[in-house]
This record gives sequence, structure tokens and C-alpha cells, in this order.
Amino acid sequence: MNIKALLVDGDPLIYGAMVSIGLVTVAILFLLTYFKKWGWLWREWLTTVDHKKIGIMYILSALVMLFRGGMDAMMMRVQLAFPDLGFLDSQHYNEIFTTHGTIMIIFMAMPFLIGLMNIIVPLQIGARDFAFPYLNALSFWAFFMGAMLFNISFVIGGSPDAGWTSYTPLSGAAMSPGPGQNFYLMGLQLSGIGTLATGINLMVTILKMRAPGMKLFHMPIFTWSTLVTSFIIVFAFPILTIALALLTIDRIFGSQFFTLTGEGLPMMWANLFWMWGHPEVYIVILPAFGIFSEVIATFAKKRLFGYSAMVWSMIIIALLSFLVWVHHFFTMGAGAFVNSVFSVSTMLIAVPTGVKIFNWLATLYKSKIEFSVAMLWALAFIPSFILGGVTGVMLGMAAADFQFHNSYFLIAHFHYVLIAGTVFACFAGLVYWYPKMFGHKMNERIGKWAFWFFVIGFHVCFFPQYFLGLDGMPRRLFITNVVEWLPLNVISTVGAFGMGIGFAIFVYNVYYSYRHSERETTGDSWNGNGRTLEWATTTPVPYYNFATVPHVDEIDPYVRMKKEGKTTFDEPNVKPIHMPSYTGRPFIMMAFLGLASFGLVFEWIWLAIVGLIGGIIFMILRTYDYDEGYYVSVEEIKRTERKARGL
Amino acid sequence: MANSKKRIPTNHIVGFLLSLVMTIVAAWAALQSDLPVMWIIIGIMALAVLQAGVQLFMFMHVTESASGNGHVPWNMMFHGFALAAIVVAGSLFTMSFGFSHDHGDNGGNEQHHEQHQEESGY
Ligand code: HEM
Ligand SMILES: [Cu+2]
Repeated sequence: MNIKALLVDGDPLIYGAMVSIGLVTVAILFLLTYFKKWGWLWREWLTTVDHKKIGIMYILSALVMLFRGGMDAMMMRVQLAFPDLGFLDSQHYNEIFTTHGTIMIIFMAMPFLIGLMNIIVPLQIGARDFAFPYLNALSFWAFFMGAMLFNISFVIGGSPDAGWTSYTPLSGAAMSPGPGQNFYLMGLQLSGIGTLATGINLMVTILKMRAPGMKLFHMPIFTWSTLVTSFIIVFAFPILTIALALLTIDRIFGSQFFTLTGEGLPMMWANLFWMWGHPEVYIVILPAFGIFSEVIATFAKKRLFGYSAMVWSMIIIALLSFLVWVHHFFTMGAGAFVNSVFSVSTMLIAVPTGVKIFNWLATLYKSKIEFSVAMLWALAFIPSFILGGVTGVMLGMAAADFQFHNSYFLIAHFHYVLIAGTVFACFAGLVYWYPKMFGHKMNERIGKWAFWFFVIGFHVCFFPQYFLGLDGMPRRLFITNVVEWLPLNVISTVGAFGMGIGFAIFVYNVYYSYRHSERETTGDSWNGNGRTLEWATTTPVPYYNFATVPHVDEIDPYVRMKKEGKTTFDEPNVKPIHMPSYTGRPFIMMAFLGLASFGLVFEWIWLAIVGLIGGIIFMILRTYDYDEGYYVSVEEIKRTERKARGL
Repeated sequence: MANSKKRIPTNHIVGFLLSLVMTIVAAWAALQSDLPVMWIIIGIMALAVLQAGVQLFMFMHVTESASGNGHVPWNMMFHGFALAAIVVAGSLFTMSFGFSHDHGDNGGNEQHHEQHQEESGY
């Protein structure tokens, strides 16, 4: 295969994208060389095992992916508002909705949340890093390589075009020949391994590394949501791994698991996919709930109302999330009894969710609310998410779903839960913890502009889609010049561009705040309203997090610590701190596995074998790795803490 | 970590070789052998159980009873079984109830299978 056959051609949009990718790459290489930053990049980032830095890399990647997925979205919206323009052809449209959905869920929402967990969870429980820092770096690079692999598909080889659900038989070898679908399979497989490892890592970290005295029911609610999410990850991701592997074997090696011929069961794919897929939507919403709970408690300046009810409802949601998957294919043809069972279990989920909503409202009730940007996102979340949840219950009625299924009503539903839930939470969490990560706040005035553009744009974009659905407009359709649909489609597109502007302002705010924001002097950034341990650390957080780990025996321990004048620097009790050493191996190992995946995408088995051998060599090296880290000396800790605390 | 440096992990090496052998035998049975289908299935099932046993006993600490506060291995295995039950029973439930294609009669199944393959030419 020569280069020309590899590159996708024929479309000016794609040529444009190729040129801009080329230019950006050259620019980055040039800047790194010009400013002699290669060593810095390697020493500080590519080899890091520090959970805070890994978290920042996750969030940066997620923002880039949000941009990519957002561009896809705008292109679809342009096509739908001006169907006669011929902006996209049907093939291109199919590829774009597929990459949009996949990127937003797998490479944007999850990494964003995992990034926040990386940074915040160890700080909240008084730990100095993850339980397995090396594995944490491995997870990040697995995600990163998977994401990059998936993203190059539109210039090399062609993007997948069977939807983010990749239903068989459409996505099988017979009906989707070529590398497109393989990009989907290998990209998800590689990053899925990373997610699974992160799930295990966080679980162990939270169960084993809490501050002395901290019981499970003393943990901050975001940490709780992370723990519950980790359990869902550990139980749900293996199902995806297996389903992807079976489909890969089908496509590359000619087996017949999901084919129409040879006794395959194409519907089994839908079944397995949603056995993972429904828990997956809770993987991206539970941490969001956790973030909102933290933000609301801080800016309502009260303890979270109904803490244990909050925890138990998350646990119940997690259990139920494994028992509802069939609601995604009520129309597949199972009997009325099967559909009824899953209809009821689906509606049950609304109960614990409702409990949480009322608890947030009760926290706000009669409190002195401070309308900071983070709080605005949280407040906008509540009513918007309710609209998504209520329509979810409507979809959950099997009989009614025969009408709603695969219409724009469904599209509106899941964007109301995913954007108003997950994306608002990512923004809220980023703004809220930004000072912890970067030592300065995001500008509030610009933040409010971004907020209003995004939130109003969001409702203008998606609210009309409920009605488009009721008017019969199906999803994944590129010709929409039906007179009844046009006005609402145009309105929706206007809203989409509003969100785009909001996002642009948000990103500009990152730059503006870097240049102009006041540097933080205390660790307790939000007017001293911090309640949990992360605010007890200094800003910027020293790489060992806590000079001394406080004893914790209550919820919101930092409130009392402040009253009693205690800090995380109990000078007489400072002891040497054991820290893990940086290493470049996770990066290299995952680069090899990325290469192997790339080989499999094009079914170049020799390349896959080379990559795999490289990966295995690094695994073997790891088993002979006796590097046990190093100790930070007491003098160094004292020096760092005194400087940070101005003593 | 430090104290396991010198010792050769016999257990792990034997377990590793055993699992390789069992995997190869299973693959051979499925791809190359001309045993009757029923025997192939039974054989693979038996190998799977043995394989799980090797993993659990030689790699996964089932023999260690407690760590800190409770019987952690058994605890997690219980959850694993619960999930496996949901996956298997759930799939059977959703994939076979209410459909009317004829997978019920076991007698003709095997033949049926072979015929199909010939017709489709794969
Ligand atoms: C009260 C809670 C909820 C209920 C009752 C519910 C119900 C449903 C139902 C029945 C469907 C399938 C509709 C169809 O295909 O015809 C669906 C689709 C979907 N839901 Fe929900 N849902 C709820 C919450 C959520 C949350 C919290 C999220 C994610 C954050 C979410 C994400 C999705 C997605 C992504 C789809 C569409 C998947 C696709 O076909 O591509 N839902 N929901
Ligand atoms: Cu669902």
C-alpha cells in the first residue's frame, strides 16, 4: 500500500484539515526546538508519575477532544440547517456523527472526569499519590495513544461510519470493509485498557490509602462518587473489552460471532454493547454528581444535606445501572415480558436520582448562595438535567419508545443528560479546582460570559430537538429538507454556534487568566470556604501533597481544622516521605502497543507483531524493575512548606 | 518486593506454561481436530475450568485467606460471579425470550450448522 492509497482524498474539507494538522505539528515541533523545551517535555511530563500532572494531561487532552468533537458537531449542524447546500455528502456525514459520538463519550467525557479524579481524589483523602503511580502513567498513555489512533482515522485510511454504537452486521467485515471500523475497535480497546486500570487503581487508592481515622462514611462526596464509579468501571469494562475483541476477530481473522452468515448473532453485539454502554453513561454521570455536590456545598456554605442518602443513592444507581441495558433496544424484537421487566427497572433509576436532586435543593434551601462561576454551572445543571431525566423516563416506557426510538427526541434526551450533567460538571469542576492545579483562578467576568453563551446556546440547540423528534425526524439522517423540520433545525444550529462561542470564550479565559489573574496566596481559594482536605494543602500543591497527614474523624474535616488552627504542616512531626521515581517506560510501552494497534487497523500483521513484542519486552522489564522510589528529606519538606506558608 | 528477589518463582513459571499449553490445546481442538462438535465443546469447557483454577491458585492469591479486614479474594470473586451471572442469564433472557427462530431442537442442530457453512461457502 502506498501513501496515496492510505490518505483519504476527494474532499476539500479533509484537505484543509490535513494541511492544518501538518502546520500545527510543524509549529509545535518548531516551538519545542526553538525554546529548547524537549528535555523539559520529557523530564516533566512524558515521564511523570505524579497524579497531579497526569491529571492535567488528561484534562488538556480532553479539552482538545472537546474541540475536535465540537467541530464535528458544528459541521453536522450546518448540514442540517442548510440541507440543500451540499456541505457534506452522506458518507462524510456518517463518519462525522460516528467520530463525534465516540470522541465525546470515550475521549472527552471520561478523560475529563478521570483527570479531575486524578488530581483531586488523593488530595481529598490525604494520600500522597495513587496506589500504583506507574500504572497510572500507563493508563494515561493507553488512553492517549488510543485517542490519537482514533483521531488520525479521518486523514489516514478513513473514519469509522457505523455510529458510536457500531452495530453489527453493519460494522462487520462484509458491510464495512476497510480500516475505518478497525480504528474504532483498536482505539477503544487501547484506551479501554487504560480506563480499566484506572478503575482498579482508584479503587485501591480509596480503599487503602485514606488518612488515618477517615472511615468510608467520612469521605468527601466526590471521592465517594469516584469509588462507586470505579466499581462500575471494573465490572463493566471487561464486557466492552470482550465484545470489541470478538468483533476484531470477526473482522480481521474471519470468525463469525456477529455475522449474518455462519450462525453468527448480530444482535448479540447490541446486547453486549449496552451491557457495558448503560453502566458507561453512569460512569460519566456519577462523578459529575459528585462534583456538583462539592461545588454546591462550598458555595452554599453549608454541609451537604443528606450525605448518607447521597451515598446510598449512588450505590443503588450503580447496582441498577447493570439491570437496565435492554432499554436501548426495546425495538429489537424481544417479547413483551422482557421489555416490561426492563421498562420497570429503568424507571426505578429515576427514584435514587430524584433523591439526589432533592438533596441538592435542600442544601441550597435558606443558604447564602455565592454566585461564582462554578456555582452557576451547578445551578444551571439542576433544572436542565431534570428535563433530561424526565424525558428518560418517557423513553423508558417500552411501548412509547417504539415511537421515540432513534428519533431526535432521543438525541435531545441524551444531550440533556450528558451536556447538562457531565459537561457542565467538567466546567464546574475545572473552574472550582483550577486554583489548586495552576495557582491562579480563572477570571470570573469572562467565565460568566462563557457560561451564559454556553447554557443559553445549549437550550436553544437541544430543546427544539424534542419537538423535531415528535415531528418524526430520525437521527443519523443527512437530508432533512422537509419543510416542517426546517425552522427548528435552523434554530438548533444557531444554538450550537452559541455553545461554540461559549467554549471559545472558556478557552480564551484559560489564556487570559494565565496572563492576568492574581496568583493565589492561600490554599483555601474560595474565600476560606473550603470544607475538604484538598483545600488544606498549599497552592501550588507540593509534589508530596501533605507534609503531615491529619487525623480525620468526621465529614468536612477542614472546617474544624481551620477553627482549631491546625494545618497539614505539623512541623515537629515531619518525617521523610517515600515517593515513586519518574520513568519513561509507561510512555514507551504504550507507544509500542499503539503501533501494534495501528498495524491491526490496516491488518498488517507483521507490524502488529513487532509492536506487540515491543510491548511485551517492556512488560518483562517491568517485572525486573526494583526501583523502589526515593525519600524526600525532612529538611527539604520543611524548607518547601515554610516558603509556601510564608513562615 | 525485596525479599522475593532471590527466589525463582517456580509456581508462576509452571502456571504460565500450563496456561499456555491449555490455550494451545483448546485452539487446536477448535481449529484443527476432527472430533465431534459436542466433544470439542465439552473439552473446551473442561479446559476453561482448569484454566480458571490455574489462574486462581497459582497467580491470584485465593489461598491467602484474609488481608487486613476480611476475605478479600473471595469477596471479589463473589462479585465476579454475580456479574457473570447477570451477563449470561441476562443475555439468555433478552436474546431468547419472545423470538420465534428455531434453536430449540438440539437433535438437528449439528447438521443444521454444517449445512449452513457449506451453503454460504465460507
Ligand atoms: C432518569 C434517568 C434515565 C433514564 C430513565 C434514561 C432512559 C433512557 C432510555 C430508555 C434510552 C433509550 C432510548 C432509545 O434508544 O429509544 C436512553 C438513551 C440514552 N441515554 Fe438515558 N436515561 C437516563 C439517564 C441518562 C443519563 C444520566 C445519561 C448519561 C449521562 C444517559 C445517556 C443516554 C445516552 C447516551 C443514550 C443514547 C444512546 C444511543 O442510542 O446512542 N441517560 N436513556
Ligand atoms: Cu441506558
